[in-house]
Amino acid sequence: MSITTSEYKRCNLVKMTGRIDSSTGDALMKTFKDLQEQGHFKLVFDMSEIDFMSSKGWWVLIETQKGSKRYNRGEVLLANVPDKILTSLDLVGMSHYFQVFDDVVSAVGFF
Amino acid sequence: MISKTFPGDFSSLGPISDFIANAAKQAGLDENSIYSVQLAVDEACTNIIEHAYGGEGNGEIVCRCDSNSESFRIELRDQGKQFNPDTIPVPEVGAPLESLGNRGAGLFLMKKLMDQVEFDFSKSNETILRMTKKK
Repeated sequence: MSITTSEYKRCNLVKMTGRIDSSTGDALMKTFKDLQEQGHFKLVFDMSEIDFMSSKGWWVLIETQKGSKRYNRGEVLLANVPDKILTSLDLVGMSHYFQVFDDVVSAVGFF
Repeated sequence: MISKTFPGDFSSLGPISDFIANAAKQAGLDENSIYSVQLAVDEACTNIIEHAYGGEGNGEIVCRCDSNSESFRIELRDQGKQFNPDTIPVPEVGAPLESLGNRGAGLFLMKKLMDQVEFDFSKSNETILRMTKKK
């Protein structure tokens, strides 16, 4: 598992690899919280190398989305969401809380 | 039937997922069904660690898998605190973002992903969760 962040002109990109579950979700939450505490609320999450995401991961994204959308100061966008993860997000009605982009370039360009 | 016992720690979730995926693959499940089973088992094991055992390092999880021509079956056993599944609230689907809670989708998701989810509390010191996925 690895988490990397990159700063762009109008947003910040977070990329994680491997699994998001109860053993790794807190590290992702800390990454997002640290960015938001530094005033970065326009965030793109690149999920191209995520091969598994449990509900722990969804709650991390939901909490981060709440923090970003508060006072209309930003938004979390998802990029490169694997089909099987998108299907599970749809199953519990979580996908409509996020805009999903086919690639990072499109998501970064949205801001 | 294949069986393996794992420590009740979050670091076991990855190895448990691999164990289940290998068994499901050998049983002939397709990729989407294997992911569904992995997700359901992850949610179940997380609940066991968090709620039945009250945290990490307090017990073990026994995972058993078998299959026949029609279905793949999983059995998870723990010796933690028992509960009443009927009292677990269903998460709000489609609620406004701000009003969403931050937990509690595990059992709901397990039932959505699997064809059968059944808890056996007949032994006072053990909970057995049986889940079935049709092929």
